[in-house]
Amino acid sequence: MAEKNKYGKIFADGIIFNNPTFMLVLGTCPTLAMTSSAISAFGMGVSVLVILTLSNIVISALRKVIPNAVRIPAYIVVIATLVTVLKLFLDKVIPPLYDMMGTFLPLIVVNCLILGRAEAFASKHGVFESALDGIANGAGFTVALVIMGIIREFLGAGSFFGIEILGGFKIPFFSTPMGAFIVYGLCIAAFVAIIETAQRHSRIKKTRMLDGVTLGDRAETDKEAA
Amino acid sequence: MQFLAIMITAAFSGNFVFSQTYGICPFLGVSKQTKSAVGMGAAVTVVMVIATMITYPIYILLRMADVAFLEILVFIFVIAALVQMLEKFIKKFSPPLYNAMGIYLPLITTNCAVLAVCEITSNALATGVWEMAVIGGVSLNFGWSVLYALFGGLGFLMAMVVMSGMREKINHLSLPKAIQGFPITMVTAAFIAMAFYVFTFISFGG
Repeated sequence: MAEKNKYGKIFADGIIFNNPTFMLVLGTCPTLAMTSSAISAFGMGVSVLVILTLSNIVISALRKVIPNAVRIPAYIVVIATLVTVLKLFLDKVIPPLYDMMGTFLPLIVVNCLILGRAEAFASKHGVFESALDGIANGAGFTVALVIMGIIREFLGAGSFFGIEILGGFKIPFFSTPMGAFIVYGLCIAAFVAIIETAQRHSRIKKTRMLDGVTLGDRAETDKEAA
Repeated sequence: MQFLAIMITAAFSGNFVFSQTYGICPFLGVSKQTKSAVGMGAAVTVVMVIATMITYPIYILLRMADVAFLEILVFIFVIAALVQMLEKFIKKFSPPLYNAMGIYLPLITTNCAVLAVCEITSNALATGVWEMAVIGGVSLNFGWSVLYALFGGLGFLMAMVVMSGMREKINHLSLPKAIQGFPITMVTAAFIAMAFYVFTFISFGG
């Protein structure tokens, strides 16, 4: 049970409570640049998910071998190697996605999210947990990017995953970096507000339940006294 | 004229922060005070110029040796080594300068803008044809690339300074709790980006 809770916590943290994009605001460059359409956002998210999971696995497997003084260069070399492999893979297998990502594909190397998870989690935990952490954070990143991608594509191009639904109506402003800044800012605000409201509700529910128990007890004691 | 074209494109119409969204992490993280914004911007500019000077010839060598796919590894390694060396160098020869911008140097290794400028200036060579990247109507050779890096860095510095000035004002506003911090900063950045958008209407007659 405790084990299950631990893994559940890793996932809840990665996707909701420490969502890398909305709560921690890490890896912002690809978030702003790649969300002009939902498909490119999804491609970027999945690329980061794959790199993050693999780099977490490799780094946590090597964590006892890497000397502490040179750990950051070592992490960067691991990540850069993985990104090179991904770049060659995408170039060969999915050329449209490769063209869409342009310079932002090599820039995954300097995504603070990946280095941040390597430093904060993978260097201290076992291989299996690190892999789960990579998947959870990558999923959180992907979900956030796809949400923003859907909003921006709907407003900026009037379509949903490339299918036109508004009959030609569009506000091209939202496809530009300026629209990206605004949508990102408002998405962070909305996400934080929703999470805080939900937490407050669950807390109120919990206190009510506790009150209910005490009230019930009191009623019973009253009955006994009578 | 070409000089002007590169300058305007790099610093204004193709500003690294507002138009290409490179280097957003330091832009959001270090722009709380004008002093630190200037330090970070200057450090990024210096590293961008030197990194372009080094990676451009290296990339041509890589192409000659037919191992161009190693570019990411080599570039990031060059940048990391460069940043370390620069930090030691400045610490040794100019302690006041080190105090002003030394603490920002380690952060630059993972700054997208630096790797991005290396990628942009060497990117068109990667298509397999020996043709230069064209920015603002100018084909980039070594000299223009370095100039592009210099003005790109200065544009980044300018973005940081403008943003830090705005943030110092924003701190005095009373805002709803949900949009304090990052959200209001993002929306402010969007409005500054709109101002920068005007520069894209400048044309250089070719």
